[in-house]
Amino acid sequence: MIKLESVEKVYRTEKIETLALGNVNLEVEKGEFISVMGPSGSGKSTLLNVIGLLDAPTEGAVSLNGRRIDSYADRFLARIRNEEIGFIFQTFHLISDLSVVDNVEIPLLYRRGISGKERRKMALEGLERVGLSSRVHHFPSQLSGGQQQRVAIARAVVGKPKILLADEPTGNLDSRMGDEIMGILDDLNGEGTTVVMVTHDSRLAERTARTVRLFDGRQVD
Amino acid sequence: MLKNYVKIAFKVFLRNKFFTFISLFGISFTLVVLMVAAALLDHLVGPHPPETRTDRTLYVVEMLATNQEGSQINSGSPSYAFLDRYVRGLPGAEGVSIFSKGGVSISYDDVEKIESHFMLADGSFWNVFAFDFLEGRPYTEQEVREGSFVAVINEATRRKFFGEESAAGKIIEVDGQNFRVSGVVANVPAFRQKTFADIWVPVSTSQSEEYRTYAPSEGYGSYTFRGNYQAAILARDSADLPLLKEEFQARLAQVEFPDPKRYDRVQAAAYTPLEEISRQAYGEGFSTAAFTEVYVDDLLFTLIGSGLLFMLLPALHLINLNVSRIMERASEIGVRKTFGASSRSLVGQFVVENVLLTLMGGIVGFLLSLWVLYALSHSQLIQYGQFHLNYRIFLFGLFVTLFFGVFSGVYPAWKMSRLHPAEALRGGLQ
Repeated sequence: MIKLESVEKVYRTEKIETLALGNVNLEVEKGEFISVMGPSGSGKSTLLNVIGLLDAPTEGAVSLNGRRIDSYADRFLARIRNEEIGFIFQTFHLISDLSVVDNVEIPLLYRRGISGKERRKMALEGLERVGLSSRVHHFPSQLSGGQQQRVAIARAVVGKPKILLADEPTGNLDSRMGDEIMGILDDLNGEGTTVVMVTHDSRLAERTARTVRLFDGRQVD
Repeated sequence: MLKNYVKIAFKVFLRNKFFTFISLFGISFTLVVLMVAAALLDHLVGPHPPETRTDRTLYVVEMLATNQEGSQINSGSPSYAFLDRYVRGLPGAEGVSIFSKGGVSISYDDVEKIESHFMLADGSFWNVFAFDFLEGRPYTEQEVREGSFVAVINEATRRKFFGEESAAGKIIEVDGQNFRVSGVVANVPAFRQKTFADIWVPVSTSQSEEYRTYAPSEGYGSYTFRGNYQAAILARDSADLPLLKEEFQARLAQVEFPDPKRYDRVQAAAYTPLEEISRQAYGEGFSTAAFTEVYVDDLLFTLIGSGLLFMLLPALHLINLNVSRIMERASEIGVRKTFGASSRSLVGQFVVENVLLTLMGGIVGFLLSLWVLYALSHSQLIQYGQFHLNYRIFLFGLFVTLFFGVFSGVYPAWKMSRLHPAEALRGGLQ
């Protein structure tokens, strides 16, 4: 499902070179739920960005769903991100000027052949499954952190992606809300979605099938 | 998709009210100036009654008589006789009219002195130009031949002489001569350079006999090549204009010179209205090149150039505002990219937003222009001037607005769409 081969990511500025990822080899099977752990600056988010095609590796290769990504052309990547990957962030990244349902519709805006009606229907279904049917016309600022993250999950899965990438999805939430979010992720995984979650929380990591640990950009196990 | 763009566009406009106000003000103010300028220009050169056939009209308004030694130069308006002999009856023309340049006449209504703009015109004047007759009829070619003292007056003159009553058939006194009013036409604005007057009378009623003669008038110090007349040539089709110009030049080659020692060469040309205005603006007097150069390109270049320059400053200002405004939205850009927006679709979104903003400015500018033109029409700054926004000016305004919207939106949108999604999510440029 996800395969990284000798992936290296180096950030270069005029003066310094920073190795964010070095020789990472990772394979995630279809339907797996893995967690990525490591201290701050160990390259966890970079790893997620490389898997999610938000960042190109400096060396090595990424394959998704058996297809090796050999072009990093803007439109090609945009289409793969749109159709195959869903993202969840620690800080939710909802667009504050749009209502809840409009936020959830965003991935569908960039997909061809979906009418406005269909889009709305799919977004409402997505909100229903995260238990926010009563908040569709609210704005993000009117919701609690947990609710915002649930909106973000609805947005991430509305286009039925095969891969869900979550970057510390519970990092900004208290433990009760964090558990709720984990519950939703577990459910999605149970339905066949492959989940890669970056976390600081070993308690959450223990709930996943496998944990990948990073230190200074390198895999330590 | 578009609905989503519009929604977010309005949110953004409302969020940055001050920015929106400044942008709208800049756009609408620029548009008002350009639309009013365009309306004035359109009023001057556009097809408006009675000069509605500007696309197939040529004018002969000046000439230059010289001799080979270069000892004599005489330039200015041609005489009636010259135009009658060498312009009238040009093959291929639908009609030719010869009429004087405007002058001022004095009348007395009991005790009050009335000044009127006064013009001598032949009978075909009423066929070549499209006057709007409110009552009566134009005077005929036969009346002109017979030297009948008949006159066509405008609405304002009718009011001055006869109040609200009808004027047809009544007598008015102009410069000491009595004319019977044959018809009344709608007021002609002072911007209609060729046809503007209050009173039109047959050329044959001219108090000077000189208009008829072609012989040199000794002692006058001048040839009667020259006078105070101009000619309008109406072509059957605008495609015939080049041919008519050539025919006129061919006729000029056959001009007879009663006293070749004095003058043995005349130059003149038939110009379209736009060419003539260009010459008025750029012509360099009496040089030999004066009649072959038409300067239309120079005029258009200056007009378009100054229009663009005038738009450039607010457009640059908008670009600047847009760049900083868009960078505030780095996170949104990151989110959209993450969920599948290509750079191209983001450019599309931001250009649409900007075009929406400029269209709002356009609407405000359009309404303000209507108000300014209404005020200008009622100020009588230009006599009988009636300024309206017609479809030409509307299209021009729309073009200016879209130019603004696209020009000031594309660069910031392009710059923003280059943002790396991961960096954008972190909140901006590194």
